[in-house]
Amino acid sequence: MSARRRRKAIPSKAWAGVALVAVALALLPFVAALVGQAWVRILNFAMIYVMLALGLNIVVGFAGLLDLGYIAFYAVGAYVYALLASPHFGIHLPFWVILPLGSGLACIFGVLLGAPTLKLRGDYLAIVTLGFGEIVRIFLNNLNAPVNLTNGPQGINLIDPFHVGSFSFAKAETLAGIPFSGPQKYYYLLLLLTIAVIVINLRLQDSRLGRAWEAVREDEVAAKAMGINTRNIKLLAFAMGASFGGIAGGIFSATQEFVSPESFGLLESIIVLAMVVLGGMGNIPGVILGAVLLTLLPEVLRSTMEPLQNALFGRVLLDAETVRLLVFGIALVAIMLYRPAGLWPSAVRKRELEGAKAGS
Amino acid sequence: MSQLSLLVAKNISKRFGGVQALADVSFTINHGEIYGLIGPNGAGKTSLFNVLTGIYAPDEGAFIFDGEPLAGAKPNDVAERGIARTFQNIRLFQNLSALENVMIGRHVRTRAGVFGAILRDRRTLAEEAAIEKRAYELLEYVGVAKRANDLAKHLAYGDQRRLEIARALATEPKLLALDEPAAGMNATETQALKRLLEDISRDGMTILLIEHDMKLVMSVCGRVLVLDYGKKIAEDSCAVVQNDPKVIAAYLGGEVSLNLKGA
Repeated sequence: MSARRRRKAIPSKAWAGVALVAVALALLPFVAALVGQAWVRILNFAMIYVMLALGLNIVVGFAGLLDLGYIAFYAVGAYVYALLASPHFGIHLPFWVILPLGSGLACIFGVLLGAPTLKLRGDYLAIVTLGFGEIVRIFLNNLNAPVNLTNGPQGINLIDPFHVGSFSFAKAETLAGIPFSGPQKYYYLLLLLTIAVIVINLRLQDSRLGRAWEAVREDEVAAKAMGINTRNIKLLAFAMGASFGGIAGGIFSATQEFVSPESFGLLESIIVLAMVVLGGMGNIPGVILGAVLLTLLPEVLRSTMEPLQNALFGRVLLDAETVRLLVFGIALVAIMLYRPAGLWPSAVRKRELEGAKAGS
Repeated sequence: MSQLSLLVAKNISKRFGGVQALADVSFTINHGEIYGLIGPNGAGKTSLFNVLTGIYAPDEGAFIFDGEPLAGAKPNDVAERGIARTFQNIRLFQNLSALENVMIGRHVRTRAGVFGAILRDRRTLAEEAAIEKRAYELLEYVGVAKRANDLAKHLAYGDQRRLEIARALATEPKLLALDEPAAGMNATETQALKRLLEDISRDGMTILLIEHDMKLVMSVCGRVLVLDYGKKIAEDSCAVVQNDPKVIAAYLGGEVSLNLKGA
């Protein structure tokens, strides 16, 4: 992001565009509800994934560190929320206390993972982070004895939804004459949080720290020679990325009202990474696009494949879940072949990839 | 200035396996001079550079920089202490613009952290504006301001060298260490580089210059250090060094008299 561009005044046309997008986003949950409340829930999921993918983008896209265990931070955030707002321990703290706590703990985990792996790069870093992700999941699975911390594979149930006083985000309610369903209320809260996360990411990218991350990604030796403390700057990338994962985890916990270690497997890490890579590493709009597409596409497939097969063959030949992974795989291969820098790549990243290709 | 010498190297040794890259090298660089470091290929010039800038730790010996020891400092600490370097094989941030390259050089002298970046308070905005302004001034200073928004890798070779110098100057060094800045340059570019070095020196900067271009070294450097097989064989003014029989032997391998001025 050129700093010069930022200081240019925003033209009125752009404001009109922003207003249009704002209206569209405000109406979206009601449009989705016409198809079914499930679609509002899917939209909420898409926003959780946008936050997750943007967090991972700091580590992978900005600082260029491959992290295959990112979902562990999501798990930390989710379990912090689950433990502090459920009958499991009988603690019921409000969400605006727990979300920062979960995010902070995830941030500490980010530093814990980052510190010993700083000297590793590329494949080696990927393997260690992958291991870390699995360790966290296995711990969650087994921490039900001798002291029952996580309730093991059964997971934690009856988690409190977000609520402020008596206003609960899970209940359907009529506000100002408009009937709101639970997911619709969540939608607006999530929209606000997502916008905040996007703004924070945009500002981080276009800052002294964003430039330092870029420098480390481009040439670590030169970055060091320019006085950048590469150790701290990489740790900061891990910490920032992890804290966004923690927030997303807390929201996931609250909207699902149930968590179990199963939700935090390797496949989940890979899907979030796929969102970042497919959308365009290092480019915030691209990553958002990737996250939204990869959340919505499987759901669209799920809802169209079975009726389609029923209409064509009179029965379901291929299970939607199977098709989902198949299409996922084909899409990934196609993108990597035809748009290796992602659907909407960052200009710098694209140049780096082209340079690497020309050099090899 | 309380002391005359900016950098004192005492008995620096460095071994790589069986190769003695540097053996007992001592020298001093005074404030404000252009100090040359020459020697045949493989003499240990770049090794000395890498030991000085913290990429390698010396096996023995120590550096005193600006009155304080530099022992065990990492490359980023060295830069923070005030030694900025360029690289023999240019190491710019290729896919970033020239301006961004220099702005990254300002990192070590600026403070904005996470909260500054996110909140964009007045102080951070002022700092960002100052970074950009300074970076632009430096590009103008080295003469590549016209290409501020071009990618570093799209700059002409000579301009890339100059950009690297601008990036190093952005860290506000006390000592500017240049590793073969004229390598690969044609005569015109070398002349322009010479003028730039003289300008930088006139503005009060101390410069350490590794260079193979003897004409350039002899015309800009006050004193030179000559290395051969990791050992110091001479340290004196250009006029003395170029008539030193040991130096001539190191370069030409025998007792041949030669006027290096014409080389």
